[in-house]
Amino acid sequence: MDILISGLLLGGTYALMAMGLNLQYGVARIMNLANGEMLVLGGLAAFWLFTTAAVSPLLTAFVVAPLAFAGNWLIYRYLLLPLVRRAKSTGQLEVDSILATFGMSFALVGIMVSIHGEYFTYSYLADPFSILGSTVALNRFIAFLAAAAIGFALYYWLNHTYAGTAVRAVSVSTEAAGLVGINVDKVSAMAFALGGAVTAVGGTLISTFITLDASVGVIFTMKALIIMIMGGVGDIRGAVIAALILGLVETAVATIIDPGLTLASAYVIFLAVLLFRPQGLFGRRSS
Amino acid sequence: MTSAETGKLALGAVCVLAAASAPFFSDGYWLSIATTAMMYIALSTSWALFSGPTHLIALSTGAFFGIGGYLVGSGMSDYDQGFWTMALIAPLVATVLALLIGLATLRLKGVYFVIFTLGLSEMIRNLVSWVQNNFLGSRGLYVLTDFTEAHIYWMLLTVAAVVFFSGWWVNRSRLGFALRIIGNDEEVARHVGINTAWSKVILFMTTGFFAALVGAIVAPRYSYIEPNVVFSPQLSFLVVIMALLGGVHRLWGPLLGVIPFTLIWEAITISFPASTTLFLGLTFLLIVYLIPNGFVGAFETVTGRIRK
Amino acid sequence: MTLEIKRRSLVMGAGAAVGLSMLLTTTALAAEPIKIGVVSHLTGPLAGGEAVTHTPNIELWAKQVNDRGGLKVDGGQRPVEIITYDDKTDPAEHIKAVQRLATQDKVDFMLSPYGTGFNIAAAPIYAKYEYPLIAVSAITDKIPELSKRFPNMFFTLGTTTGFVEGVRDTLVKMRDDGTIGNKIAMVNVADAFGIELADKARPILSEAGFEIVYDKSYPLGTPDISPVVKGAKAAEPDAFVAWSYPPDTFALTEQAIIEGLDVRAFYTAVATCFPAYADKFGSKIEGNLGAGGVNPDTPAMQEYRKAHKEVTGKEADYWASATYYASLQILEQAIENVGTIDRAATVDYIKNNSFDTVIGTVSFDDNNNSERYWSVGQWRDGVFRAVADTGMGDSVPAVAKEGWN
Repeated sequence: MDILISGLLLGGTYALMAMGLNLQYGVARIMNLANGEMLVLGGLAAFWLFTTAAVSPLLTAFVVAPLAFAGNWLIYRYLLLPLVRRAKSTGQLEVDSILATFGMSFALVGIMVSIHGEYFTYSYLADPFSILGSTVALNRFIAFLAAAAIGFALYYWLNHTYAGTAVRAVSVSTEAAGLVGINVDKVSAMAFALGGAVTAVGGTLISTFITLDASVGVIFTMKALIIMIMGGVGDIRGAVIAALILGLVETAVATIIDPGLTLASAYVIFLAVLLFRPQGLFGRRSS
Repeated sequence: MTSAETGKLALGAVCVLAAASAPFFSDGYWLSIATTAMMYIALSTSWALFSGPTHLIALSTGAFFGIGGYLVGSGMSDYDQGFWTMALIAPLVATVLALLIGLATLRLKGVYFVIFTLGLSEMIRNLVSWVQNNFLGSRGLYVLTDFTEAHIYWMLLTVAAVVFFSGWWVNRSRLGFALRIIGNDEEVARHVGINTAWSKVILFMTTGFFAALVGAIVAPRYSYIEPNVVFSPQLSFLVVIMALLGGVHRLWGPLLGVIPFTLIWEAITISFPASTTLFLGLTFLLIVYLIPNGFVGAFETVTGRIRK
Repeated sequence: MTLEIKRRSLVMGAGAAVGLSMLLTTTALAAEPIKIGVVSHLTGPLAGGEAVTHTPNIELWAKQVNDRGGLKVDGGQRPVEIITYDDKTDPAEHIKAVQRLATQDKVDFMLSPYGTGFNIAAAPIYAKYEYPLIAVSAITDKIPELSKRFPNMFFTLGTTTGFVEGVRDTLVKMRDDGTIGNKIAMVNVADAFGIELADKARPILSEAGFEIVYDKSYPLGTPDISPVVKGAKAAEPDAFVAWSYPPDTFALTEQAIIEGLDVRAFYTAVATCFPAYADKFGSKIEGNLGAGGVNPDTPAMQEYRKAHKEVTGKEADYWASATYYASLQILEQAIENVGTIDRAATVDYIKNNSFDTVIGTVSFDDNNNSERYWSVGQWRDGVFRAVADTGMGDSVPAVAKEGWN
């Protein structure tokens, strides 16, 4: 029971890391290596507002979301769209976006270090919370609820609204979407901005229970990439399910076998999934 | 061998000799820049041997480099082995590992392959640390040798020269021809009877071998091996980025990426000591926008113009 | 920092040029500054630790020295100018930057870097150009071998074995007092220093008659440490020992509070001494043990902590901060006593003399090692006090931890 609950909570944390990237790569086709830095930036906002003005991180999340949306929209519109337009092939775009977002990740680290060079450590809702006989941290539980809410909202939006359908159409094929009259650039910008907002809010929540610092983003980028790939590019269900699987496996291994093997086991699962489904759990076979 | 090829080899030999004399002319500062650059030249060029023709972006440099550094550290510190023994063992271990990984990842395409190789170095670091923690124990991974910076520079130069020679050799061999076809269209390659799987795996093993060898040689320079420093995702990214900045379609492409990259990096570190990272990031962005086809592209455009 | 100092000397230079007050201006102000280089990790994995333990002390020391007119050399006074480069916690960059300081900036002296690996990686360059290297954030059992290789390298923060023995002595004392039994749950981060410490601790704790009832490692960067704490709790230990790094020190403590891991001795290693640790947990960490500790009662220490707070706006940590500041004092005293900028003579002076510092009198033995350091501290009323030491003799007995309140 402990394993199940702790594992699900950890899975929720992972989902917060990966859902945004899935939108950004799946729809806007930007392999965003600055994803982790965007997450840490959300954490920095929470830390900074909490320690200077005692603002609850849950409140900060609502400030972070629109700001991150706007910021990511601007990044896409002015920094990435020129690359998309210039690219003659998907390979070219992949290379350009890796280079550009790697540059952005450095720039963001530089900015964050100048704001706060030490660990972003504070304590918020670090209280025991009992659920089905298992003790968990309240802040983790809240992050899990938020992850669930964001996941369901995204899923509903993508599958049951007109705008969401347009987004899915772009994720399947930019050309076909363009032919049926969808403004591909606009939809991509929106997906990228939304993805960035989800990631930053995730960072705000994660910072309540994981000690972040300005340079730690690359760890989260890696994890998010792995979860996204394991779930399958461009499917929000895939990201969530992959996140939950990883959370459960890591917790089970840590509890039953050895905590030293948690991260290694995550990669073994990742490898196993890719060996049997090279396109990820929910991925489409690439053309 | 045609006379053009002999000419190329001779030119290469002259370049290597010129580079080898560098420690006699430069002070410690320029030598340390050259050593770092040489490390990246060897890594990026060997990376491009595989990723250039196959178009598969491998982020596994850190994994193999880490194995090299780690085995040298562990062997010398905990098992009292000599540097040379370990520097020999490490690349062989990495090659075998590359074989296994290569076989396992053949089906992966595009981004799936990229991310798999990225996860690899973390997995290996975790496994190695776990094994060391539970079964081997550690007195700290010290690599104390009498090598000077010049010795390390010469060793790296030798590796880089061998990498170039293998690249040149592969290009003119059947394997190189096969790879170019695979890179253009794997289906076609299969139909004309090329064993695509083995061609790819062999090149991947080559990359792994050289990365581990470089890791082993650099270990005495670092003197103390911390797993999270040698198994660095940052290193994997940097190697790829330097190679891409140069251009991967020419053997000397990565070289043209590494040298300006190292110099620009140095210039930024000196100009903005308090916010190096920020300005490095901004410079990256500028390069991507202003030099769309990498330095090789820019170079060829310029030479093309001159020829006209 | 550099900028500020430069600007100041510029203003002073202008004042002198106008010739308003040549008589009032001491020679020090017009004098060429002594250049002091340091390569720090402004970004990368070790940046968080460096920003707490090293950087503020350099700022404080430079300000104090310049406020009193500079270092006394060549019969006058010269201000210090600090030149800093960022190595992004990358050894290759670090080596390059140290070379740059030595041969391009031609700095007069260099300060020691953060982290065992970086101190050792940089040592050959310091040795080549005869810079004294007073290492602080470098804890190693290889001191005799390293000081033989690098005769200009000095050690101030102790050995790996010394650290583990500090923990053993603390726990043995608590067991003798009847505070704890002899069951220990031990965990460690599966990374270089964590593995090394755990490896040392197993035999040392067993020989002292302790039974290690839980012994697991966890990977660096584990996002959820709760299975480790749950496992340790299930083993019903009397004491909990974690050889941990900064982010996991915070995480282990937080989980222990949530799980109610109620032991009377709770030890976490690096970063327990950070003021941020107390800020985060408040009174809940009363009685927590950790690596380091200081004697906060000496006038020198009190004065130092006050100045640190005034100049940098933050509290000094309760461990290596003071030692790092002491290393700057040693350098300062050695330079002034040699009286000229002569690095080889400064190294000799450090070897052969003792120094009055914020952590007491420091001198170096034949292995260039200062066998005086605090090894275990305990949080008492918001102060992290030393409860075990080597050669200091001023630590207080540890008390039982009474719950997480």
